[in-house]
Amino acid sequence: MSASSISVRELGFRYPGEHQDALRGLTIDVNAGERVAVLGPNGSGKTTFVMHLNGLLATQSGEVWIGDTPVVESNLMEVRRLVGAVFQDADDQLFMSSVREDVAFGPANLGIRGAELGELVERTLERVGAAGYADRNPHHLSGGEKRRVAIATVLSMDPDVLILDEPTSGLDPAGRRELIDLLSSLTQTQLIVTHDLPLALQLCDRSVIVSDGCVVADGRTPELLANVDLLAEHRLELPLGFDPSRL
Amino acid sequence: MHAPDGFLEPSVAVITAVIAFVAVSAGVRYAGRELGDRQVPLAGVAAAFIFAAQMVNFPVAAGTTGHLVGGALAAVLLGPWVGMLVVSVVVLVQAVLFADGGLTALGYNTLNMAIVTAFGGWAAFVLLRKLMPDTSAGVVGAGAVAAGISVVLSAAAFSIEWLFGATAPVAFDTVFGAMVGVHVLIGIGEAVITGLVLSAVMASRPDLVRGAAHLSADELKVTSRVGFRPFVIGSVFAAVVVGVVVSQFAASNPDGLERVAIDNGFEESATDHALASIWFSDYATAGISNESVSLAVAGVAGICITLLVGGGVVSASRSARRRQTA
Amino acid sequence: MAGAHGSTVSRLFVPGNSQMHRLSPEAKLIAVVAVVAVIAMTPRREMIAFALYALGAWAVIATTRIGVLTYLKRLSVIIPFVMFALIVPFIGGGESVRVLGVSLSVDGLWATWNILAKAGLGATMSIALSATTAVPELLHGMTRLKVPRLLVAIIAFMLRYIDVLVEQLGRMRRSMVARGHDPRWLWQVKPIASSAGALFVRSYERGERVHQAMLARGYTGVMPTVSEQRASTKEWLTVLLCPVGAALVLIMAVV
Repeated sequence: MSASSISVRELGFRYPGEHQDALRGLTIDVNAGERVAVLGPNGSGKTTFVMHLNGLLATQSGEVWIGDTPVVESNLMEVRRLVGAVFQDADDQLFMSSVREDVAFGPANLGIRGAELGELVERTLERVGAAGYADRNPHHLSGGEKRRVAIATVLSMDPDVLILDEPTSGLDPAGRRELIDLLSSLTQTQLIVTHDLPLALQLCDRSVIVSDGCVVADGRTPELLANVDLLAEHRLELPLGFDPSRL
Repeated sequence: MHAPDGFLEPSVAVITAVIAFVAVSAGVRYAGRELGDRQVPLAGVAAAFIFAAQMVNFPVAAGTTGHLVGGALAAVLLGPWVGMLVVSVVVLVQAVLFADGGLTALGYNTLNMAIVTAFGGWAAFVLLRKLMPDTSAGVVGAGAVAAGISVVLSAAAFSIEWLFGATAPVAFDTVFGAMVGVHVLIGIGEAVITGLVLSAVMASRPDLVRGAAHLSADELKVTSRVGFRPFVIGSVFAAVVVGVVVSQFAASNPDGLERVAIDNGFEESATDHALASIWFSDYATAGISNESVSLAVAGVAGICITLLVGGGVVSASRSARRRQTA
Repeated sequence: MAGAHGSTVSRLFVPGNSQMHRLSPEAKLIAVVAVVAVIAMTPRREMIAFALYALGAWAVIATTRIGVLTYLKRLSVIIPFVMFALIVPFIGGGESVRVLGVSLSVDGLWATWNILAKAGLGATMSIALSATTAVPELLHGMTRLKVPRLLVAIIAFMLRYIDVLVEQLGRMRRSMVARGHDPRWLWQVKPIASSAGALFVRSYERGERVHQAMLARGYTGVMPTVSEQRASTKEWLTVLLCPVGAALVLIMAVV
């Protein structure tokens, strides 16, 4: 499993019919294998930003590179293999009739077939701690199980970059911990959009704050989170009693 | 209605199956052209919605409940081809998985519940839209009335199928009168519910309503409201008028029929039976006091249905082509 | 109408290990459709044929090892037509006969029998199919029978999201009931219809998000191919025994 760097230059974007830019000159460089937390208030453009990384939103201005591969129309298939995105609502990602078919969907689109595909599905499910779930109906999984299987559906494509949008939302504490353990064990470059500041602290050495469509802060997570004023300015707050300096 | 196996003669089952097959195949192709690679998730989720919506118990009177058919609603929301395809999928799944509707009855069930309602409803909608102002309320009003009409068309279609393939000695007149009469009432419910659902969708995402695609942003903002109670009362009144007219035709009131027959020179002669026996089911034509009048009614109903459904298909194909070249 | 469904999609399949369960789905599909077609074409007066069909149906029920109660429960879906069938002799025309002082149409009685027999047998076979075949298997079977992939995919997505939407609808209803809404008349239907409208919007938006998720995993508009395990010749032979048997019964009866 390899990891790629991410390079975003002056990314600008406006949704059709809107009067304001959702992104303005967003610039960021992420090293291969790094884990970066993307923080910021709702509506700041975080999700719009990450949707550019796998070409779900076509670049209007600026550039996006995944390693050596530019994210442009002609490369979309390759980009989508390189970048695995896990969305907020797992039900949007688990759209097939069985877990097996969901995990197989991505690699099948890449041309993998037969026994090789079957083994890949089994391996990936084991990797995320969902071995034996293959024949289950996604509808019947718990929130935490769905989240892990959703990760499996992108992991099976052997991506270099993982994007996760609010991975811990709706999980119970045990599910949350299992997810954090899983993410720590993965070596891909990770961009984690989250409101869960303790998660950011635990998993990501580096954090950025996106506000009003651009990066307004970029630094080591403990330092960023210690800056209470900076956090407050962008509608962020640590949980009551949580003291990052004590960790 | 999800008729079970053997409800109509095999000949009718086979012919309607062929029609349904052709329509659904065309639907898959047209839906693909309209929606591109969004076809699978959108049509799939829309089919799930129609299925779920059909399960909803809508109050009708004194606690009794009715259910939405949804063909016209699907057509106004998604366009007639996608709408027809979506409801056909619902009918198919209901038959195969829930035994709701016979496997050998899929032909006429699909025809009546998906094809006639979607295309007939769409055609009625397009015609009514011309009579209404170019606003959200206009779309809602036209859609609502079209939904009511679509249900009546569906009942008439079934009655005509009964004429050809009845398996019980109940005359076409009786079936037509009863089916259409009852469905005029059901149509009121369908109209009210469709109107309200359309209204709710137009309020939050008018861009999702295919039937409103012709409205500009300004026209969408006009919020002249059709009062709800007057709408219900008006629909009931209209339905009663239609119901009375229809039942005059099909009532086994020999005086009324005979009068029409004598006035128009349709008097029965002994040799007139030849018409019936080859094509039409003996059951459906036996016991009718004046066959020629009944067959004329069937003919008129059949022509109306064909015109509306055909018109819906043509209108749909034309607008599809227009959007492609635009 | 569709409101009578007691089970939603996930409860249709009754897990088990009977022979029917283990048969490949495409074979079962063809067999069921063929048998029901033969039954539907059988002239109603051929009582021997129907007796043999009934025996066959009983054999099928026994083979599925699912329990007669499940069948009876799911057969409730044909009740409206049973009611119609029962009324026919009272309103039907033609020659009549007096039973217990009531005049009943002879043809009408035959029609009642016709509807009940064919509807009952047809529905039973259909229930046997859906109870012994899990949804993903059924869909694979349809694909192997050359049903267009796009259509199968639409059906698959529909089945996947029905339970989700029904749950959402349930939650909307509960919140309305919690606020005291107990509609009994048509003009009180507004909140329910509005929630149906809201459900459509949410469903459509979910459809768009699912589409994004599909694109993100390399979807190009063509559903990826499925495992190619096919039904063996032996399976086809076994399973086609049913419709062939039924056809023989029909031919013997008619000739």
